[in-house]
Amino acid sequence: MTLTKRIIPCLDVKNGRVVKGLNFESIKDAGDPVELAKRYSHEGADELIFLDISASDEQRKTIKNLVREVASVIDIPFTVGGGIQSMDDARDILLNGADKVGINTGAIKNPQVITELMKLFGRQCVVVAIDAKRNYELSDDVTIFSEKGKKFWFEVFIYGGKQGTGIDAIKWAKQAEELGAGEILLTSIDRDGTQDGYDIQLTQSVVNSVSIPVIASGGCGKPDDIVAVFKESGVDAALAASIFHYQTHGVKGVKMYLKEKEIPVRL
Amino acid sequence: MSKIAIFDYGAGNIFSLKNSFEQAGATIEVITSFDKPNNYSGLLLPGVGNFDPAIKSITKFSKTQFQDFVNNTTPVLGICLGMEMFFDKSEEGIENGLGVIDGEVIILPPSMKVPHMGWNDLEIKKPGKILQGVENGSWVYFVHSYRVKPTSNEVITAESNYGIRVPAVVEHNNFFGTQFHPEKSGPVGKIMIQNFLDECKK
Repeated sequence: MTLTKRIIPCLDVKNGRVVKGLNFESIKDAGDPVELAKRYSHEGADELIFLDISASDEQRKTIKNLVREVASVIDIPFTVGGGIQSMDDARDILLNGADKVGINTGAIKNPQVITELMKLFGRQCVVVAIDAKRNYELSDDVTIFSEKGKKFWFEVFIYGGKQGTGIDAIKWAKQAEELGAGEILLTSIDRDGTQDGYDIQLTQSVVNSVSIPVIASGGCGKPDDIVAVFKESGVDAALAASIFHYQTHGVKGVKMYLKEKEIPVRL
Repeated sequence: MSKIAIFDYGAGNIFSLKNSFEQAGATIEVITSFDKPNNYSGLLLPGVGNFDPAIKSITKFSKTQFQDFVNNTTPVLGICLGMEMFFDKSEEGIENGLGVIDGEVIILPPSMKVPHMGWNDLEIKKPGKILQGVENGSWVYFVHSYRVKPTSNEVITAESNYGIRVPAVVEHNNFFGTQFHPEKSGPVGKIMIQNFLDECKK
């Protein structure tokens, strides 16, 4: 037997509630985070990821209590991200019961925080989250892709997908690994919320560029999308939200389907 | 009720470990030195942090030595890094390990993705106290970059195979170690936590 592929439900949390958006916008309510965490854990999720998308620091303070509550009810690993800028933010999350912290904008603004976190908490605690979007205005020094005759590159976006950085996502993934990241959470902004399937090109390119585990995110609408991203990109884990929140497919059902398709999963 | 001590190296999530043992009925005290008398029925060495800072927090700041505190009788469960510290030395650092099990800790080969992160099945090699009631092939959650290499394979009660064979559970006298995280391994982990607590009651 080999290491299994991981299925990771993601809970976007805003002001203490789970919400779901399309292309990072138009939010709707999807339930209570602690209840959903418990349900997914019982259904056989391999890990959970919480992303705090609260708009202000004031609202964000609720996340610490939420982390404790979640840690008390589940017995699988979980990652918390969103709004983590400093060592203190990360420490708050880890000491309250999270196993890993996801850092996104904070890592772009201050890449050294990746190294500091790795030294203190160990590499396995540090998940660098990368939100990437296709950019058709080519520039020097970027990794060029093409699809249907059109050329583009993947640009890193920060502040919840609102602001471009001019940074090449493939290069940033490599740099994050060198700085001390233990895992990459890779989200396609183009696909997020569309249910059109994962961005295989993006995922495959990052998987081939780093030697740490990669989680594919953005675009999952059906179990076959997960089959495709595992088979075509070699990614280690797949994150999904909508297909689990609205009970279109249970975690267990998805995993049984993956097993039928000869993808190693924990059942 | 068992009173169990968790040694806190000061680096990371011990909340989940504490919580899982409390749910299993234990009373937990978090300690940061061995200077108070040992009135615990068991000791946990958690699995988060780096080798050198963690081993230093155990060996350098207490007047009482780890071995004197444990005195060959207190059951000790080392998880991941906690288990790695049982051995003589580790490629992760330059400090000496606790040396309660002969052998060393080596880095996972570069042919693998490191850290090794995720769920693997257990191959049970022989009966062990921690493994009572655990089925062969059970899934447990690993996250590590190093593996142990005991001098004697006798101490290994279960392995995992992910291209290379990795010792997953070791037992030697009152020392029990798991390379994976029982507190993160769902229902199977709960069985092992209960087994350790049963051992602490003896």
